Amino acid sequence: MEIERHEYDVVVIGAGGAGLRAAIEARQQGKRTAIVCKSLFGKAHTVMAEGGAAAAMGNVNPDDNWMVHFRDTMRGGKFLNNWRMAELHAKEAPDRVWELEAWGALFDRTKDGKISQRNFGGHEYPRLAHVGDRTGLELIRTLQQRVVALQQEDYENHGDYEAYIKVFAECTVTRLLKDGDRISGAFGYWRETGNFILFDTPAVVLATGGIGKSYVVTSNSWEYTGDGHALALLAGAKLINMEFIQFHPTGMVWPPSVRGILVTESVRGDGGVLRNSEGKRFMFDYIPEVFKDKYATTEEEADRWYTDQANNRRPPELLPRDEVARAINAEVKAGRGSPQGGVFLDVSTRLPAEEIKRRLPSMHHQFKELADVDITAEPMQVGPTCHYIMGGVEVDADTGQAAVPGLFAAGEVSGGMHGSNRLGGNSLSDLLVFGRRAGAGAAAYVDGLPDRPKIAQELVDEAREEALAPLERSGENPYEVHHELQRTMNDLVGIIRKAEEISEALQVVEKLKERVRMVGAGGSRIYNPGWHLAIDLRNMVLVSECVAKAALLREESRGGHTRDDFPGMNPEWRRKLLVCSTPDGSTVEVEEKVQPPMRDDLITLFDRDELKKYLTDEEMAEFDGIAKS
Amino acid sequence: MSYKAKFKVWRGEGGEGKLEDFTVEVNEGEVVLDIIHRLQATQAPDLAVRWNCKAGKCGSCSMEINGKPRLGCMTRMSTFDPDETITVTPMRTFPVIKDLVTDVSYNYQKAREVPSFTPPAGVRPGEYRMKQVDVERSQEFRKCIECFMCNNVCHVIRDHEENKTNFSGPRFLMRIAELDMHPYDVADRQEAAQEQHGLGYCNITKCCTEVCPEHIKITDNALIPMKERVVDRKYDPLVWLGNKIFKRAK
Repeated sequence: MEIERHEYDVVVIGAGGAGLRAAIEARQQGKRTAIVCKSLFGKAHTVMAEGGAAAAMGNVNPDDNWMVHFRDTMRGGKFLNNWRMAELHAKEAPDRVWELEAWGALFDRTKDGKISQRNFGGHEYPRLAHVGDRTGLELIRTLQQRVVALQQEDYENHGDYEAYIKVFAECTVTRLLKDGDRISGAFGYWRETGNFILFDTPAVVLATGGIGKSYVVTSNSWEYTGDGHALALLAGAKLINMEFIQFHPTGMVWPPSVRGILVTESVRGDGGVLRNSEGKRFMFDYIPEVFKDKYATTEEEADRWYTDQANNRRPPELLPRDEVARAINAEVKAGRGSPQGGVFLDVSTRLPAEEIKRRLPSMHHQFKELADVDITAEPMQVGPTCHYIMGGVEVDADTGQAAVPGLFAAGEVSGGMHGSNRLGGNSLSDLLVFGRRAGAGAAAYVDGLPDRPKIAQELVDEAREEALAPLERSGENPYEVHHELQRTMNDLVGIIRKAEEISEALQVVEKLKERVRMVGAGGSRIYNPGWHLAIDLRNMVLVSECVAKAALLREESRGGHTRDDFPGMNPEWRRKLLVCSTPDGSTVEVEEKVQPPMRDDLITLFDRDELKKYLTDEEMAEFDGIAKS
Repeated sequence: MSYKAKFKVWRGEGGEGKLEDFTVEVNEGEVVLDIIHRLQATQAPDLAVRWNCKAGKCGSCSMEINGKPRLGCMTRMSTFDPDETITVTPMRTFPVIKDLVTDVSYNYQKAREVPSFTPPAGVRPGEYRMKQVDVERSQEFRKCIECFMCNNVCHVIRDHEENKTNFSGPRFLMRIAELDMHPYDVADRQEAAQEQHGLGYCNITKCCTEVCPEHIKITDNALIPMKERVVDRKYDPLVWLGNKIFKRAK
């Protein structure tokens, strides 16, 4: 059968915030751009983001600026972040948010009519531009409508809405193709018909999000099967920081079918507190040494902070997410959990009912409809849920380009920006800042190409064969293999890890790899979820191996990687990145790589006392030299 | 607290299909989408259903449950009697692709026909100043998760394929109202609402409002005010005179 073929300058895979922003940029720079996404247009995981987009606009507290935001981001990531990315992010986030407003976004307002900003964990000042607790929806809808606006412009000028930017919805890419070492195209299938589709393109931007569907308890949607991570690996790119997975402290724990669904951090930002079964606000017992001077030590001080931030320290409920998630985990393990295995998150005794409904409408709705809990009258029960992967494709900070020429990545699928732990609110701003940069990077790359790479037919045939294989054999049910992978990762490479358990997980993954090669899918090629899952499993297993192998090697605890057998943070490890690659397309290799030291003008933004909690003696000596000169 | 429930699920592709019977386990706290997933995992691996977030935020899993448009992920099994047979069918207004998945491209076409947000020339990003009370009206409509159940239930197109060309449905009439009420939008939208998008077809039966999972008051807050704006303009003698003079001047 003939394979449908399309020529583009830039193909963006993924239509969440990062993908749409990248596509908008590429199109604005005059490139013919395709957006390929597994779901319908406007349904990507970004819709689930609740709290807001962090940007130091200084609308609520004029003391805020990019340097404060940069410091908060580095602290949140325990100084493992790619500092250049953290710098660009902090500097450019305000422009990216303002631009959305010019495209029709309607954020909540301050009294003087500016964009309102809310408090969030790890952010020194109120910084998150938001719309109630549905900011992600506003973001994706605005970007979606911007794409439509560009299409309308093209219709005016060329008589065709899709002349320069087209959305290929419900379409899955299974392989990236290369001509020599350069990207030459992408191969995939239409979910609706099962027919194959080939993109002839010199530049691909990966914006596929995360990997949460390798875990049982997750806040992520079905699309999060690590497609971009795997496509990059298989194309010869490298992944970094794969051991760092953020378990959001507050997911729903009951009923079982909704376990893992996110409860926004805004609940705590707006005054909600965490209590154990004894009624104690336990977070005061979990303030780590590195944050001791920044958080309140008494309930009185913490409560005063909500109205007077200049003279009080922040409540410990607003510590970075990794700290809060570990604390909840420890309370439940110590037998002080709630009846359904979480802890209590209470906003009902902290704010008037009307105020809760106004500020947290989706949470009110979600608990009422799914758990019969009225959050204005009683506490919620919450526990950690797999939420975000800090690790991803290693890219150039300024252009988003990966090690493979023509391959770019932005948003959750890229790595480095958030170090070992992402601050809430930094994701939406990340995908705007680096989505735009990757789109621009891809456009510039295309402009600089001496000749267009060509697609080799044998690569297309191979990809076709690989995709059809599950339909042509009667093998194991893919849902069972998926379920076992999720259990394994959840139980053995979860929030608290130890060497024996990770090794055991790796053995299981090895066996699962074999089983994935044998899964079969019955039925036709038309909209066949069993077949789709069988194809996605390749990606999930490959990425899970990266997570487990990196987790086994990193013998320290930092951010989203907690080793029971190595509980402390080790400054030597701060300088090291673990880099995953696959030489043969099925085995993952991990190498250590030294992280370049921070630029002088950036490192001197920090106090010596703070740096010494993170840096080695040797690095401190270098710092003292810089500080003196 | 598990029990076996009886389900009838519409299955088919290429314009043909029928209800198939299933008996399937139901556990405490589950929603209809959980049951559809259990059918996929245990009895019908190729059963097609569109879904995404499973948290009522993306609007993908629209279906008709016992004849009513609902999100599968927000319809709890505890709202049914354990003896009841639950019938799940695809949205009726849109052509079926397979099983519970329909072709909703009508909605994306209509979205494209609504001119985009049009700010006044000269306002730069970062200079927008709006009062909370002024943005709240449009914010209500921007809560829309595009599940398209309002368009699915609307009688103007539910059983009248012929009206689809001239009617954009509650979703996109509401989008026009959203832009018309946006404090910075300067485009003239009222005439097009009536003439091109078929606002006049709406006879405010409020079916759209009833099925909206976001509880947006589509009829009261978007469609009726929009109708009033159109009428004010059409029958206002000053506007009439203004139009005459403007036309003549041209």
